[in-house]
Amino acid sequence: MSLLTLAGAPSTVFMAAGAPSTVLMAAGAPSDAITAPPIDFNLTAPVLIALAGAILGVLFEAFLPRRARYPVQVVLALITVGAALAWTLVEANRGDVGVTFGGAIAVDTATYVMWGVLLVLALPSVLLMADRVSEPGGAFVAQAAAGIGSKRDRLAARVAAPMQTEAFPLALFAVSGMMIFPAANDMVTLFVALEVLSLPLYLMCGLARRRRLISQEAAVKYFLLGAFTSAIFAYGLAMLYGYSGSTQLATVAAQARAGDSSDVLLLGGLALVVVGLLFKASVGPFHLWTPDVYQGAPTPVTAFMAACTKVAAFAAMLRVCLVALEPMTWTWQPVLAIIAGASMVIGSVIGITQTDMKRMLAYSSVAHAGFILLGVISMSETGASATMFYLLTYGMATIGAFAILTVVRKGDGEASHVGDWAGMAKRSPVLAASMSLFLLSFAGIPLTAGFIGKLSVFTAAMEAGLGIWVVLAMIATAITAFFYLRIVVVMYFADPVTVSPAQTPVAVAAGGGRPAPEGRRFLAVGTASADAPYVVLPGILTTVVIAVAVIVTLGLGLFPGPVLDLLTIPLPLLS
Amino acid sequence: MNSWYLVVLIFLPVVGALVLAAMAGAPAKTAKFTALGFSLAELAVAVALWMSYTSAATVSQLDVPFRETFSVTWIPYFDINFSLGVDGISLTMIALIAVLMPIVLGASWEERLPAGRTIGGYFALLLVLQGAMVAVFASTNVFVFYVAFEVMLIPMYFLIGAFGGVRRAYAATKFFLYSLLGGLLMLASVIGLYVASGQVLGAGTFDWVTLQSIASQIPESTQMWIFAGFAIAFAIKAPLVPLHTWLPDAGTEAPVGAGTLLVGVLDKVGTFGFLRICLPLLPAASSKLAWLIILLAVIGILYGAIVAAGQSDLKRFVTFTSIAHFGFIALGVFAFTTQSIAGAALYMVNHGIATGLLFLVVGMLTVRGGSKLVGDYGGVWKVAPILGGMFLIAALATIAMPGTNSFISEFLVLIGTFSRHPAWAVLATIGIVLAAVYMLWIFQRTMTGPVRGAAVVGGRGPDDLPEALPEDAGDAGGPEPAVEPVPVGASAVGGLPVPSGGGAHAAPTRYGARARVKALFGDLTPREITVLTPLVLLIILLGVYPQPVLDVINPTAERTMVDAGYTDPVPAIDAPLGGGQ
Repeated sequence: MSLLTLAGAPSTVFMAAGAPSTVLMAAGAPSDAITAPPIDFNLTAPVLIALAGAILGVLFEAFLPRRARYPVQVVLALITVGAALAWTLVEANRGDVGVTFGGAIAVDTATYVMWGVLLVLALPSVLLMADRVSEPGGAFVAQAAAGIGSKRDRLAARVAAPMQTEAFPLALFAVSGMMIFPAANDMVTLFVALEVLSLPLYLMCGLARRRRLISQEAAVKYFLLGAFTSAIFAYGLAMLYGYSGSTQLATVAAQARAGDSSDVLLLGGLALVVVGLLFKASVGPFHLWTPDVYQGAPTPVTAFMAACTKVAAFAAMLRVCLVALEPMTWTWQPVLAIIAGASMVIGSVIGITQTDMKRMLAYSSVAHAGFILLGVISMSETGASATMFYLLTYGMATIGAFAILTVVRKGDGEASHVGDWAGMAKRSPVLAASMSLFLLSFAGIPLTAGFIGKLSVFTAAMEAGLGIWVVLAMIATAITAFFYLRIVVVMYFADPVTVSPAQTPVAVAAGGGRPAPEGRRFLAVGTASADAPYVVLPGILTTVVIAVAVIVTLGLGLFPGPVLDLLTIPLPLLS
Repeated sequence: MNSWYLVVLIFLPVVGALVLAAMAGAPAKTAKFTALGFSLAELAVAVALWMSYTSAATVSQLDVPFRETFSVTWIPYFDINFSLGVDGISLTMIALIAVLMPIVLGASWEERLPAGRTIGGYFALLLVLQGAMVAVFASTNVFVFYVAFEVMLIPMYFLIGAFGGVRRAYAATKFFLYSLLGGLLMLASVIGLYVASGQVLGAGTFDWVTLQSIASQIPESTQMWIFAGFAIAFAIKAPLVPLHTWLPDAGTEAPVGAGTLLVGVLDKVGTFGFLRICLPLLPAASSKLAWLIILLAVIGILYGAIVAAGQSDLKRFVTFTSIAHFGFIALGVFAFTTQSIAGAALYMVNHGIATGLLFLVVGMLTVRGGSKLVGDYGGVWKVAPILGGMFLIAALATIAMPGTNSFISEFLVLIGTFSRHPAWAVLATIGIVLAAVYMLWIFQRTMTGPVRGAAVVGGRGPDDLPEALPEDAGDAGGPEPAVEPVPVGASAVGGLPVPSGGGAHAAPTRYGARARVKALFGDLTPREITVLTPLVLLIILLGVYPQPVLDVINPTAERTMVDAGYTDPVPAIDAPLGGGQ
């Protein structure tokens, strides 16, 4: 409804659009000419900045010469995210809140907190995407249109041709979608935001420079499953509209409070909408795309998805739960608690069997999604704040871990098999220690940020009477610790993989006859064959990302007080 | 007013570790002496703390639970303060850590480490471990306790995993996972305590003193759940019997120094936790579930003793004797009498000293023989009399011979238990008999009789470490083998002892001069004797005159009794006269 209103549609069209009930008429528009809703550009400026940056990026991509695109796009993306973040902070500091765009967008303290966390995580993600040292030429393919294995593709890979810089505007579009998502106060806006954030991600998943087939497979999988979920979400939205006669979150809640309509529509619609959100957050049984997509997507994109998409999805879920679903908490809370439990068990148990680092981190993210969901369904101030804090700590550690993943390599690609990391502590003690720190943070060991995140989420859940699920979460954490520890064991206590010298010439030939470039630190002493795992000296951008992740993980573990205060979300949310 | 002793005690070793890390390239000798210097400084501070504690104006501990307190705001969002303080029991444990540390460093002076590891790194991790252990005993905030409890794992994990024996990665992972699972369940309970206190007070708190003051207001059903989480964590750490299986692996694979700290101090965190957290903060649940812990404790006493008798690996043997002893400690804690609790607290110290000595002596023995198997040793006394003597003292202290320190504590535990649970006390007493059986038997097999066994006769064989460090060759302290060492056969490395003639026994040495075997095997060096002497002295001193320690412990034991809501049972002798309750 509000979209139509925004479009300034005449009232006849409005009627023809099939609003069946008089409730709608009473709730919204008078029958005479529609007055344009007030739009507060000040409140929504961070989103507009991100959108403007994205559109500018597209224009630059079209008009700038190829050589100039990379620096311009990187700087533009960083400035855009930085400016949006700065504006968010200023606005939050000023305490400007309000519902704008005809009730479609709610900007309150919670929104600022969500935007802040999102943008803080988007910044290092963009840096990681911009890195061209770990993967010569960049993580993205030089020419997405070139057929896989074609002459042009091979040439581009060999000469380390510059990457396709559309990735940056795409990322900015995704960020804008992610920003609208948790601010959406209206189901249609929510749906549009979902698409705005998803479509660029589908594309970016398929842009990996190496192992392009698996990358494109990931993109198709993600797209198909995502499209299905969008449909499910839209169906749920339609049912809720049928129930309440409005797509406004608050109206649904009011109707549910009044309780004089069909509960079937309400519960059915609610379930379908929540499924759509759970899919994006890769929770529990809706996680099936996660391992494949995490594995196939270019690693910086994986990091971006693991950190930022999760923030957006859970933040949106917070708003939907706290505003629209609040009146019937007792109906859905047990169901979501079971889903959270299932997510923890699935993520932790299946994670044990994984031997690929990215898949392992994917299952770990499924387990973590279960923990975070506990914070969401606590339905309290502490729960909401804890969820955002958890997302911040988890996102930082995840980005750090994926950043390290990009510099451990084998042959031409990343050495993503766990066994390839053997003996890393001896050759790259700093990287191994950083990785261990992130893993310990995932495992919730005290003095890391992950521990404080777990503490706050589980405290909120315990206060909400979800004690039994907290105990399950603890057991799941112990199980996930098993495969985190395995990585630590491999890095610290195992001897490096050595490649027998007989294979060396063949391997070198297969690698295109290039001599090993400078800066490779082979894990095994004395081997220099192209098939032995080695560590690239991380470029400046990746170094910054890893350093920031380490500092945040340690800092929030030792002195979380100020950030916990900063991320406090007062209830009730505006609607 | 803040007292800085505890802060210094926690962070001094950590600073020491950082200094060691900073001078990574320095020669091994410098690193060793730096570490030793820090541990001696720590000991000096601990002595000062002890003096300050005992000389302080005698306020009843019933009014002021902790002295030498320190508190600073840490995480205001959760109302968490970094609060430290000591009572009698934690003071003695901190003193034990401070005393053991230089000894452990001295004993590890010429540790043969796996390839690629430096002694500086080893000592740095030991120092970090020390800081974390002190923090556990010194915390007066449940949150700080939990943090220290978990942080303690990390240095120990790397100590076992990076510096341990053949199956070190397996043992380290098992240790970490067991402890982490316990720790996480404990975190659930810590949060539960916070939430429960919030329901009573309006705002949750982690502060021990506040929690203690509202302990009786927390509903019993809630207490049971919270108790369960803590009890599992402490039972894993202590370890009580069904949850003990990590200790034999960890203890066996850990390098000697780390193993000594593991068995001597780190495991005491479990029983200390029962005393510090479960009894005072969850009195209703503690008394409701005491039977369960007592049952597990008595099973542990008997099972540990029986299994210990059957061990063929010396280090595993020591860990199983410890499991039996932890049973006694847990029994004393949950018998709820002043005597048994004081006895248990004293036992924690005494066991640290006695088992510390035993573990170190066994370590020195196995380094010489190159094998950990009992069957590879025989008649060691004749070859290395000082080593044998030390082993005897450690053995006697372990079986709680009167005149050694363990006797007093075991006696207190049993006598205290008897006054409340006579049947359990009688059952536990069987454990003492079994202790004599396993200890004397192992002594007889390894130390007495004719000089025999592959490890002894064969001399310094290939260690079970992957390879000896190059620096080993330059050691001036250790006795150099006079002749080319005869390799120890398969029996030394893994499987069952091979019957004589299996290649392990070098024919000429069978009737060869004992002097040659002696020179080959070597008695304790002056360094090793110096290191062990303080422990021997403590064993005898505390065995004859335990009063100074008991004076410190007793008020805390009384306070714990009051907190747990118990009074000592009236002696049973009154009952026939009609005076009993």
